[in-house]
Amino acid sequence: MTTIAPPRITSLLEVSGVSVTFDGFRAINNLSFTIGPQELRAVIGPNGAGKTTFMDIVTGKTRPDEGTVTFGEVPRSLLRMSEAQIARAGVGRKFQRPTVFEDQSVSENLILALKAQRAPWRVLFWRETGQDRAKVAALAEQVGLQDHLARKAGELSHGQKQWLEIAMLLAQEPRLLLVDEPAAGMSFLEREQTTALLVELAKTRAVVVVEHDMEFIRRLNCKVTVLHEGSVLAEGSLDHVTKNPQVIEVYLGR
Amino acid sequence: MTRTFLARNPSVLWFLAALAIFTLTVTVLAEGLGLGLIPTAFVKVLGKTLCLCLVALAMDLIWGYTGILSLGHMAFFAVGGYMTGMWLMYARTEEIVVQALAGSPIPPTPDEVAQGVATQIFGVVGGSDLPAIWSFAHSAWLQLPMVVLVPALLAMIFGWLAFRARVNGVYLSILTQAMTLALALYLFQNDSGLRGNNGLSGLQNLPGLGEVPQSSLSIWFFLASAALLALGYVAAAFVTSGKFGSALRGIRDDEQRLRFLGYPVEGYKLFVFTLTAVIAAIAGAFYYPQAGIINPAELAPIASIYLAVWVAIGGRGRLYGAVIGAGFVSLLSSWFTGGMAPSIPLGFYTIHWVDWWTVLLGLAFVLVTLFVPRGIGGLFDKLPSPRRHGAQLGPDDGALREKEADA
Amino acid sequence: MLRFLLPLVMAACLALPVSAQGLADLLTAERAQIEKPSRQTIGPVIDAIVATGDPAAAAMLRAWADRGLGLRKADGAFLRIAKTADGWALTTLEGQDAGTAAKADIVELKPNAGVRDLIGAALVQFTLSDPDPAQRTRALEAIAKSPAAAQLQPLRASIPAETDAALKARKERLATFLTLQFEPDSAARVAAIESLAGDTSLEARAALNPLLATRRMAAAALPAGTNLAQRLTPGRDLTEAAAYELLVASDLAPARLTLQGQKDTLAAHLADGAVAGVPVADLATQAGRDRAYEALEKAGTVPAAATEAEVKSALAAHVFYDAFTEPDPAVTSAARATLSSIETRVGAMTAVDLGLDALSLASIYFLAAIGLAITFGVMRVINMAHGEFIMMGAYTGYVVQQLIPNYTVSIIVALPLAFAVTFAAGVAMERLVIRHLYKRPLETLLATFGISIALQQIAKNIFGTQARPLTAPAWLDGALSLNDIVSISYIRIAIFVLALLFLAFFLWLMKRTRLGLEVRAVTQNPAMAASMGIDPDRINMLTFGIGSGIAGIAGVAIGLFAKVTSELGSDYIVQSFMTVVVGGVGNIWGALAGAAMIGGFQKVIEWLNPSNTLAAQTYMILFIILFIQFRPRGIIALKGRAAGD
Repeated sequence: MTTIAPPRITSLLEVSGVSVTFDGFRAINNLSFTIGPQELRAVIGPNGAGKTTFMDIVTGKTRPDEGTVTFGEVPRSLLRMSEAQIARAGVGRKFQRPTVFEDQSVSENLILALKAQRAPWRVLFWRETGQDRAKVAALAEQVGLQDHLARKAGELSHGQKQWLEIAMLLAQEPRLLLVDEPAAGMSFLEREQTTALLVELAKTRAVVVVEHDMEFIRRLNCKVTVLHEGSVLAEGSLDHVTKNPQVIEVYLGR
Repeated sequence: MTRTFLARNPSVLWFLAALAIFTLTVTVLAEGLGLGLIPTAFVKVLGKTLCLCLVALAMDLIWGYTGILSLGHMAFFAVGGYMTGMWLMYARTEEIVVQALAGSPIPPTPDEVAQGVATQIFGVVGGSDLPAIWSFAHSAWLQLPMVVLVPALLAMIFGWLAFRARVNGVYLSILTQAMTLALALYLFQNDSGLRGNNGLSGLQNLPGLGEVPQSSLSIWFFLASAALLALGYVAAAFVTSGKFGSALRGIRDDEQRLRFLGYPVEGYKLFVFTLTAVIAAIAGAFYYPQAGIINPAELAPIASIYLAVWVAIGGRGRLYGAVIGAGFVSLLSSWFTGGMAPSIPLGFYTIHWVDWWTVLLGLAFVLVTLFVPRGIGGLFDKLPSPRRHGAQLGPDDGALREKEADA
Repeated sequence: MLRFLLPLVMAACLALPVSAQGLADLLTAERAQIEKPSRQTIGPVIDAIVATGDPAAAAMLRAWADRGLGLRKADGAFLRIAKTADGWALTTLEGQDAGTAAKADIVELKPNAGVRDLIGAALVQFTLSDPDPAQRTRALEAIAKSPAAAQLQPLRASIPAETDAALKARKERLATFLTLQFEPDSAARVAAIESLAGDTSLEARAALNPLLATRRMAAAALPAGTNLAQRLTPGRDLTEAAAYELLVASDLAPARLTLQGQKDTLAAHLADGAVAGVPVADLATQAGRDRAYEALEKAGTVPAAATEAEVKSALAAHVFYDAFTEPDPAVTSAARATLSSIETRVGAMTAVDLGLDALSLASIYFLAAIGLAITFGVMRVINMAHGEFIMMGAYTGYVVQQLIPNYTVSIIVALPLAFAVTFAAGVAMERLVIRHLYKRPLETLLATFGISIALQQIAKNIFGTQARPLTAPAWLDGALSLNDIVSISYIRIAIFVLALLFLAFFLWLMKRTRLGLEVRAVTQNPAMAASMGIDPDRINMLTFGIGSGIAGIAGVAIGLFAKVTSELGSDYIVQSFMTVVVGGVGNIWGALAGAAMIGGFQKVIEWLNPSNTLAAQTYMILFIILFIQFRPRGIIALKGRAAGD
């Protein structure tokens, strides 16, 4: 006798058999990658391993030559969607260098990012509610920018911009977060905070962290995927992959 | 809600007040209704200038705020002019034809009147039939909506094609310029249905108002233009304030980032492109009855470049800057080219401003671009303000940042 | 020679009203006609003069045509006359001296141009066998200009004795043309027509086309002996209105009532503010007018107009057709077959000619764009004053021509000078303006626009608004004609060669020189290049100068075939940018492909709609906008990460 259990969601994002070629250079080669709905994952690999291109594919910036990318409980292909549609579907991305709208105030940046209708007509007649204000204040508080809401983002320090961008990501309420080298340019204390934040976030959503810094990854204490020449070389716990001789050869050994 | 809108945009109140004072002064001093200190011709110049200020607002919206340097908005302006011009010319010619046929013993049939109008209008290009595009010209109720619909459709088709293909920056500028050129070349043909390079004329005569002197008409047009500018300013301020304005500036500074926030950037661009095209067309629809004549030369690409020049000199990215730029430069231009500026004798050569004004304008433009990128409007920043400090960021620095984001 | 010609000439003239007789008698008889000739009536007289066979006849006709013939009032004798100080020197028609005469004694004969043409045509028959080849050539030219039936026999007769091979061929060709037109024997005409198969010359087509001329006719039944070209069905081959008009014109049907006619009739019967009881106010609609007219018809005041049903039955009762004016069906069908074979070949030739035209237009666009390929394509500096650099080059050429009258020398001087002038202007502009605006492309665009309008106005102030000529040396005049259809002017060939030279120069500069290497280094990574000891400022300045200098040379070339005005540059600037953008930025082959595509496309549109070059440009731009949809980065695109933006 079997009971019909609801299908357990095993993966939020599923990338399979994806390849991309730029002018004869194979940036991604038959890459497959899966992440669950509440999972923290670190992606490492030497320069040119295809980490950024992988993110570009998931966020719709680059179209793969072959392969499939699906997202969500009811898997939807991301390949036919525009960047904006993918973002609205719940994929957030943080760039390596902080990219915030420098000519606009911190609160304007956050309001832009708040999860809401994005269509021009809706945005044109959008008016701030008390709830929105509270949300912005909470987000600013969370990243320590509560005193800078009225300042232009361009006037913030590098680290503050990083935090602003993270806050903007949170404002989008994504279900999958792609984070590119979050620790770059951060002080030791800030890294501690970032680690804590990422671990906390991964309890309610999927988080993919691309990072070079081994110390940082060790502190994340999560499953690691090693990329090399556009495909997955090894996957598992940090200890597991660092013992893999191939990984040692191509990455750690150098 | 209105309170917060105006509170966030104090310049709107200042602007409306200044415009009201200016309009009242001109009305009181004008020949038609007031003291007669301002001649009718100059009232027309001022009315036209207000229309140019409105199209400059549109330009500021698309360029200063959204970062799309369109070199095609004067084409929409002229298309708006053509659309009203068709109605005005048809109505005016109809009056003449009816008058001429009234002398015959048998009263004319509607077909005969239409045929007479067609011969009258198109005789100059060797035609005697009314082209299909004039189908609505006999009725103001059908033709005047075309002022909005035709440019909107044109902008939507062009914008959809260009933005969908992600044509950006200078490429888009060149493409809009090509669009303008194509439209101008098309209208220059005699079989375009709009009288080729003869254009439409006699537009200063409003149908049914033949008895009203031009001095009064000019004032009414002036007041209408002022009201339109006020309306346009409030609308532009509304669009650029709040989250929508924030998104527009986001497109200008880093459209890729905005895309990753989930905004359909192409849709926004199309929206603003079409909206500004419509504003430009409405401005044109009020400009050309005051000018009296319109021909394809009005669509020359250089006209749209002058538009960019006004906005840049006035200061882009701020609405009052565009208005100041358009008003200042176009009035100065008509002062110089009107032969009113005194010539400068150098002994061996005399500088006649009619000849040298364009040179001066061109060079002034280079200097403004190089040294005063914020334009005349930037002078207002010299007033003490606690809010603005830090690095100066023009629209174009954004392009650099976008590149870094991609890396 | 004349001896055996004459019988033929006489045979041709036998039917004429004036019978052959002695020249002197004839002249006496026709004195009045000769003294006051009219084109309509003099023909037979001239033919009769030729038919006398008198050797003096040629001399007489020649003198007459040259206005050197006089009539002595005293005895009515015709004499050759020449002006002297106090009157006329006289020569008889036979060539003997006949003394002098006072001015008043002679009537000077002055035939008008039409008559002189007739005399010329008659003279041809004498000159065809003139010992002087130049005279014979002139005679052939005269025949070709105004062919006539009478020329056929003398022309044929002169062929066997012709010694000059070229002239002989020419004579044979003309004989063919005359045969197919005037020969009474149908088979000979068909043979002549068929001998022209594949001949694409204008002459051959001009000779064949009149044979196929048609007239549109209507008749109750097809008349016997009609050489039918096409039967026409009203409503399909021609509109019913046109068919009925044809009937009216052939008096086969009464005219229809036109609206204007109806109005006039109504106006004529207007009485007491009404027409047949219909008040005038009601006549402002067509329905009202019809009502009034019907009332008039009923009253019998006006004849009944043809009704719709009558029109229909009239159309049904008649046949409509196009008939050849040439009655012989064998001739028309041969001509039709031959012409269609010729048209096929002409079509192919036209395609070749179109290709050459497109190539030369493409070279012009390429020339205009190649400077941009450097400044915009390589350096990514958008220079809207590029067109004005072209203009400066052209004006430099003009000024040099004012100083050096020899066109060849002046062009040789002008080319490097134009380069120098625009190089300097480019360097100055780069140093003063563009340098401060790198990485701000939109502002560069605007600033260079400011410079562009300033330069244009300065040129206008110096040189005025009227176009200035830049004359090509004589050896560039004329065209290389392969046949009547395919030809290309030497200037266009020169521009094509110049474009190739520039392409080679560009490739050499970028790929083979140190400067090219440094330019590529600086554009790809200025910071890295600077760290390797390359001075980016210097490189940018030089590159921009070279790009501008090439624009100057292009200006001289363009000025040679276009009028030099201050707007010369702005006429080319949009197309130039289009060329670079369509082709693919940053790649010289892209500029080449873009120029070829835009030039070719424009020529094809012009060919489809030759009357309207404005439309061609409009459609070209629309095409480009659509093209960019499918290849946003141009024909030859840099892909992937190298694309940069």
